[in-house]
Amino acid sequence: MTVLTRFFENIGSVVLLATRAFSHLPSIGRQTARVIEQCHMIGYTTLPIVTILSFFIGGVLALQSGISLQDFGARQFIGTLVGESMARELGPVMAAILLAGRVGSAITAELASMKVYQEVDALVTMNIRPERILVLPRIVAVLLMMPILAIVAVVIGWLGGAVVCQYVTMIGVDWDLYFQSLKEFLTVKDVLGGLIKAEIFGIGVVLVACNTGLRTRGGPREIGLSVTQAVVQSLILILVMDYFITRALI
Amino acid sequence: MSSTNGDRQPVAIEVQGLHKSYAGVTVLDGINISVKPGEIFLIMGPSGSGKSVLLRQIAGLETPTAGQVRIDGMDPSLEETRDKVALALVFQSGALFNSMTVFDNLALYPREHRLHTESVIREKVMEALQMLSLTKAVAKFPSELSGGMKKRVAIARALVMQPQILLYDEPTSELDPIMGATIAEIIASLRKEIAVTTIVVSHDRDLAMTIADRVSIIMHGRIKTEGTPDELRASKDPEIVDFLNPTINLENPRFRNMEASNE
Repeated sequence: MTVLTRFFENIGSVVLLATRAFSHLPSIGRQTARVIEQCHMIGYTTLPIVTILSFFIGGVLALQSGISLQDFGARQFIGTLVGESMARELGPVMAAILLAGRVGSAITAELASMKVYQEVDALVTMNIRPERILVLPRIVAVLLMMPILAIVAVVIGWLGGAVVCQYVTMIGVDWDLYFQSLKEFLTVKDVLGGLIKAEIFGIGVVLVACNTGLRTRGGPREIGLSVTQAVVQSLILILVMDYFITRALI
Repeated sequence: MSSTNGDRQPVAIEVQGLHKSYAGVTVLDGINISVKPGEIFLIMGPSGSGKSVLLRQIAGLETPTAGQVRIDGMDPSLEETRDKVALALVFQSGALFNSMTVFDNLALYPREHRLHTESVIREKVMEALQMLSLTKAVAKFPSELSGGMKKRVAIARALVMQPQILLYDEPTSELDPIMGATIAEIIASLRKEIAVTTIVVSHDRDLAMTIADRVSIIMHGRIKTEGTPDELRASKDPEIVDFLNPTINLENPRFRNMEASNE
């Protein structure tokens, strides 16, 4: 099978999986416990790493841009630059990349193990659709959690930038000036655009992870390969989608 | 479990001209089987002969390359058939849900299909566990169970489904002789206690000769012979005789000739 055929087969399979999962949406009320469990895994357990990473990304952004803007005498715009970069781009993208690495890989490993060890077949013989109890709760959970993760990433990134501006003497932009310039140019549209991106990235990551897991055949080696494949595909998908969503939102 | 299987009746299974191949390699080649309602039908054959593949076609987990499987006249791979006919498959590995306790494994089917209230589900699950002497394992996870217990839990999970068709894939493999005999007793007892059509895939000769109504032997993807255990015992076909009563010949060991016979 050629790479191109495999690529289109994968896309078709993801679309089919999403369609089947969403067809069970009316029964989601009966799956509240599973959705809460997934919210915990997707949201709560990912929050610490998102917080740490965003803080330092905001900080590094302020540091790098601070030095460059100083050369043009425009250091008062550091807040604007960090604020817009985090809200429109880095917040949602970083949250999605961490989701792919931390949650996407775990989802693929779990579903691939279930597939290889015939638990998925057992569900099918019980007339329980795997899409209903394995995929749909994860999609709903990511839809609920992704905006929270993105907002945390954005706000913590802003704080990281503020701390660097305040305490790194060679930048010398105080807290008030930083937030004043951040507020001056940042619009609701910027933040909403970031949240829309985060939602789309989140669904993409979960669908790729579930699809790769449920298509796994073989043994432990194939489970490992599936996890790698899911993470790589998710990362590529995030960056490709990022370009097109950004184009659409501009 | 009550002596009847709720209001569900056992159903017939028909396999007609079934072929199955993977990437051009034929695994099953023109299989015809007819299983009567309530019968225990055993499919035997050497390892790699296609027994488990045949069971997956019957369970509707895979679709045949050619030919057809019909359960009560319906295609088992269709969701509508699964809605109408309760079919349970006891997997060779058990295929228990590792993230769930034994209780939750058994309760999943009635809960998901909203068959009973939670208290009735508890009652039915405990009844099934009691039937298989597993009540002490109710709160355990599959990883805490022995091989024999896993198989019994898998059977108990199938029982809670009140199946009309019960399929077993190598139920006695990897078990000691006593546990193997126990599983055979369970399979035979269940036929008496619940009305169910049973298909067992195994290469356990004792199991076949003791509990089966009819036995079919598959070799190289084809049915070599079919009959009652007594008819098979009386068979003069050297391959059948050798399969059912293999002798250990140290002077001319089989493995020396295996490659040649496979070619």
